[in-house]
Amino acid sequence: MPTVIVNDKPVEIGADEKLNCVQAAQRAGVEIPTYCWHPALSVVASCRMCLIEMGDKKPDGTIAMQPKLFPACQTPVKDGTVIVSNSEKVKQAQKGTLEYLLLNHPLDCPVCDQAGECFLQDYSYRYGRGYTRLQEPKTLKPDKDYIGDQITLFTDRCVMCTRCVRFTREISGTAELQVINRGSHEEIDIFPGEPCNNKLAGNVVDLCPVGALCSKDFLYKQRVWWLQTKSSTCPDCSTGCSIRVDQTGDVVKRLRPRHNPKAQGHFMCDDGRFGWKYIHGPDRLTQPEMRSPQGAKSHDWDAIQPALRAALEGAVTRKASAVAAVLSPWMTVEEAYLLAKWLKRLSPQTRLALGPVRKEGGDDCYPKDVRGKALPNPKFTIRHEKCPNRKGVELILQHFQGSVIPFDTLLSEVESNQVDTLFLTGGDPKGWITESQAAVLGKLKMLAVLDLLKSPATPKAHYVLAGGSFAEKDGTFINHAGLAQAIVKAIRSPENARPDGRILWELSGRRGLFHATNLRREIGQEVPSLAALSVGDLGEHGVLLTERPTVAAPVRGEKVTAS
Amino acid sequence: MPKFEPVLLARVGKPDSQKLETYRRDGGYEALKKALAMSPEEVTNVVKDSGLRGRGGAGFPTGLKWTFLPKNHTGPIYLAINADESEPGTFNNRILMEDDPHQILEGIAISCHAIKSERAYLYLRFEYGKSYRNLQAAIDECYAAGILGNNSMGSGKKLDIFLHRGAGAYICGEETGLIESLEGKRAWPRIKPPFPAIEGLFRKPTIVNNIETMACVTHILNRGVEWFKSIGVPPDPKNPRDAGSYGPKLYCLSGHVNKPGCYELPLGVTARELIFEHGGGIPHGRKVKAVVPGGISMGFLSADELDIPLDFNGPGKVGCLGLGTAAVVVVDDSISIVDVLYNCCRFFSHESCGQCTPCREGTAWMTKILERMRSGHGTTRDLDLLAEVSGSIGIIPGTTICGLSDGAAWPVKNAIKKFRPEFEEYIASGKKTARVPVGAH
Ligand SMILES: Cc1cc2nc3c(=O)[nH]c(=O)nc-3n(C[C@H](O)[C@H](O)[C@H](O)COP(=O)(O)O)c2cc1C
Ligand code: SF4
Ligand code: SF4
Ligand code: SF4
Ligand code: FES
Repeated sequence: MPTVIVNDKPVEIGADEKLNCVQAAQRAGVEIPTYCWHPALSVVASCRMCLIEMGDKKPDGTIAMQPKLFPACQTPVKDGTVIVSNSEKVKQAQKGTLEYLLLNHPLDCPVCDQAGECFLQDYSYRYGRGYTRLQEPKTLKPDKDYIGDQITLFTDRCVMCTRCVRFTREISGTAELQVINRGSHEEIDIFPGEPCNNKLAGNVVDLCPVGALCSKDFLYKQRVWWLQTKSSTCPDCSTGCSIRVDQTGDVVKRLRPRHNPKAQGHFMCDDGRFGWKYIHGPDRLTQPEMRSPQGAKSHDWDAIQPALRAALEGAVTRKASAVAAVLSPWMTVEEAYLLAKWLKRLSPQTRLALGPVRKEGGDDCYPKDVRGKALPNPKFTIRHEKCPNRKGVELILQHFQGSVIPFDTLLSEVESNQVDTLFLTGGDPKGWITESQAAVLGKLKMLAVLDLLKSPATPKAHYVLAGGSFAEKDGTFINHAGLAQAIVKAIRSPENARPDGRILWELSGRRGLFHATNLRREIGQEVPSLAALSVGDLGEHGVLLTERPTVAAPVRGEKVTAS
Repeated sequence: MPKFEPVLLARVGKPDSQKLETYRRDGGYEALKKALAMSPEEVTNVVKDSGLRGRGGAGFPTGLKWTFLPKNHTGPIYLAINADESEPGTFNNRILMEDDPHQILEGIAISCHAIKSERAYLYLRFEYGKSYRNLQAAIDECYAAGILGNNSMGSGKKLDIFLHRGAGAYICGEETGLIESLEGKRAWPRIKPPFPAIEGLFRKPTIVNNIETMACVTHILNRGVEWFKSIGVPPDPKNPRDAGSYGPKLYCLSGHVNKPGCYELPLGVTARELIFEHGGGIPHGRKVKAVVPGGISMGFLSADELDIPLDFNGPGKVGCLGLGTAAVVVVDDSISIVDVLYNCCRFFSHESCGQCTPCREGTAWMTKILERMRSGHGTTRDLDLLAEVSGSIGIIPGTTICGLSDGAAWPVKNAIKKFRPEFEEYIASGKKTARVPVGAH
C-alpha cells in the first residue's frame, strides 16, 4: 500500500486513490486549513491558506525536502510523499496568509451572520496572530443586496476564494457570478441586471467560507450557536438530498445540504432549501377533528382515535372490499407499513391505493450551457417527481397487495359506490387533490383524512387527523435510486398535531411507543424487498436497497402474508 | 572594443523597413527557406545548439523549451507570441514590431516549422497602435505572397498567424495569463503543472515565446550557430546551472541618461558601459543613485554595482532577481528612493491579478505603507515590515501562482537592503513628498 508521511506519522492510502495533501493529511487526522479548495470544484490554489512543506522519502529511507512551500490542495500525494504542516515555516506562512486576509476585513463579527461557523474566525483563532499590524485605513467595498433574490453579498468580508464563482460555472453552469476589478480592488459581482437566481443559487451561501454571501431568508434570524441541528432528508423531490435541519424553539430556521456521496453529493436545490415554510404556515392543521353524524365535534385525540378505529373496523366487518386507504408518496416507509398492515390484517379484501404523485416537467439537470440546455453527465439533478417516497410506498403496497392501485382508479370506485369507507393520507404541501376530485368524496359513508395542511378534502372528512411534517417525524424515505435514508425529528409538531407514525401506531392498536429504528428492523425482516432496512440505523449516508443487511435483527410483530 | 554592428536593429529606421518588398531585398525569408529544407528536429537542434535564451524575462533556453512538447502528438500544437511588453522601461519589442515586423514573422514561421505548429497567435498589448497596424499589414502581405496560408512558401504546409490585441494588463504577459486572455477569459495565471508545452492554449500543447526571441531565431537560421555563439558570454564554469548568455540583446535604456534609447549590444555589457558610453552619461552632472537592471521587477543596482555584466547571470550576483527584459532605468541622485519604491509598489499592486492572497494583499499593503511614509508618518519598523512582506510573496517562497509577486517583492527587498540609510533619514526628517492622503488609491 502506498504510504504518505504526515507530520512524521505514516498513513496508508488506497493503491489507486488520487488524493491531494489536504485529503491525505485528513486521513492522518491532521487538519490543513483551506479556503479556495472544495472537493466538488476545480482546484485554483489561490488562497494559499493550505501551504505546507513537502518532500519525498527515498527507497533508502532518506527524506529529501523541497526548499519552498507548496499549496496542499494542488499537490497530489504518492507513495513516499512527506507532508509537514506543523513546522515553524508553515506556521509562519499560515499566519501570513491570515494576516493578509484580515488586512481589509471589516471584522464585524458581532453583526455578521457567519460568526460562529466562520472559517476566518476559526482559522484566525487556530493559526492566526491575534493582532493587526495595519496602520492604514481599510479598503471599503459596497454591499450588494442585488446579487440574487435569495442571496446578498457583504463585499468587504469576501476572501476572494472564488468558490461561489466556480460553483456557478462548474455546477449550475449558469455563470452569473464573476470577479470584477483587479488586485485588492477585486469584488464578486454579477452582470448588471442578471442576478444569481438559478435553482441552485443558495449553495453559494454554504460554499462561502466567510460571511460574505448570506442567505436573505436566514439573515439576522438566529445566531448560529443557538441552532440545534438534525441530519435528515429533503422531501421535495425524489432525489432525496441529504440535509441538515437547523432549528431553535421548535421553529425551523434553515435547511442546509449535507454531503452524501450515495445521494446527491454536496449540494441541494433552492426548492428544497426554501420550500419548508408551510411547516409554520397558517394553513397548517393544528388539531384533530371529528365531526360525528349528529353534528358533535371533538378535538380530542383520545376520543377521536377509538371512534375512528371502531368506525373503520365496523366498515370492514360490513363489507371489507368497500374499505380502502390511500397511501401518499409523502408517507414514510414506516407509516405506509403501519397503515397497510393494519388494513390488510383487518381483511385482505380491503383496498390500498397509491396517492397522487405530483410531477413537474422533466428532470432539471445541471450544469447547463449558456442557452440553459443541460450538458451531458449532470452533476446535480432536481427530479420531476415531486415527492420523497413513491418508491418506498409502492414497495409496501406491492408487498401487502401485490399490485398498486392508482389514485384515479380508486376515485372512480368511490364514484361507483364500490368503496364507501376511505382513509386518505395527504402530505403534499403543494396540494394533492382538486375540488372536483374532492366532490366525489361526498359520496363516502366514512372519510378520514390524515394531512398536514387544509385541502379540498378536509371539509368532506368525518375525521381530520393533523399530522406532522418531515421535520417533525422519524422515518425512512427511499429515493429515486433505491437509497433508503432517514428523516429525523428536529422539532415538535405545532399545537395538537402529531407525527403520522404515532397516529397510525396508536390507531392500528399497537402497544408501546412508535420507534422508527425498531419498526425499520421489523419491516426489514418482514418485507423481503425492504430487507436492507433490517439494519435499523440507516447511518448518515443511508442504505441502498440492494445492499445486503449487515445486522440480523430479532423479529418482532406478527406475520402477515400478501394477499 | 570594436563597435558592435547591429543585427536585430539593422533595418530599423530605414525607409519602408516594415515592407515585405524591402525586407526581401535585404535577404528576407531566406532563413525560412533554409529552415523548410530541414526537418523540424534539425531546426530545433540548431536553436538548441545556439544557446538562445528567451528574451521575455525568464531567460529560459528556447530550444530546450521546444523539446518539452509531447512527442508524436496528433492534433494541434500552438505557438503563442508574447508581445504584451508591459514591464516598465521595456520597449524593444515595439521597435521591432513597428519597424521590422517581417523579421519577427519570419522567426515565427521558422519556429512553427520546428515545433510542427500550423497556427501562431501573436498577443499584442493594446497600447501599441502602430505595432498593430504594421504587423497586420505585414501579415496581410505574407498571405498575399503565399508566405502564410494553406501552402506556406509552397511547402504544402498550412501556416496561419493571428494578431490579437489585449486590453491592457501587465499580467497578460505572464505566459499562462496570456493563454487565458487569448481564450477570452480573465488573465488569471494558471497553476502549474501542467505547463503550457503539455497543456496550453485551448488545452493544447503550446509554446510561448517573446518577440525578440523570434527575431533571434531568424538570425540564427540565417547566420548560423557559430555566429550567435561568438557574441555574448559563455556559461560560468563555476555555476553548473548557467546556460550561458549568447547573442545580441536589445537593451532599453531610459530614465536619467543623456541618450535614452534601444541599444543592441552583445549580452554581458556592463551597466556602466551602457549608461556612460552608449547612453552618454547622466544629465546635469548628477550622479547615479540606483539602476534598474532589467525592468523594475528585477530590483535595483546601487551606484557601486554598475560593473556587473548585464547577462543572464550578472544581476543575480548582486541580489537582483535577474536580467529580466534588460530594460535599464537610471535613477539619479535628485530623486528620493522612497518615491521610486512607492512608484514600483503602486504599479504592482495595481497590476496584481488578485488571485493569490499574499500577492493581492501584500502588494496593496506595501503601497499603503509607502503612501503613509511619504506623507510623513513612516517609522523605521515599517522598513522591517516591508522587508517581511516582500520576503513572503512570490513563487520563490512558494506562496503565489506566478512571478508577478516576485517582481513586486524584489524592488522592495533591494531598496530596503541597499538604501536603508536613506529610508531611515527620510523617516527621521519627517519629510513629505506626497500630497496623497493616506489610504487613497
Ligand atoms: C508578471 C509577468 C509578466 C510578464 N510579462 C511578459 C511580457 O510582457 N512579455 C514577455 O515576453 N514575457 C513576459 N513574461 C514572461 C513570460 O511568462 C514568458 O516567460 C515569456 O513570454 C517566454 O518567452 P521567452 O522564452 O521567449 O522569453 C512575464 C512574466 C511574468 C511573471
Ligand atoms: S466573515 Fe467571519 S470573521 Fe468576518 S465578520 Fe463574519 S464571522 Fe467575523
Ligand atoms: S463571496 Fe464568499 S465564496 Fe465568493 S469569493 Fe468571496 S469568500 Fe469566496
Ligand atoms: S502572484 Fe499575483 S499576479 Fe500572479 S497569479 Fe498570484 S495574484 Fe495573480
Ligand atoms: S486551499 Fe489550497 S490554496 Fe486555497
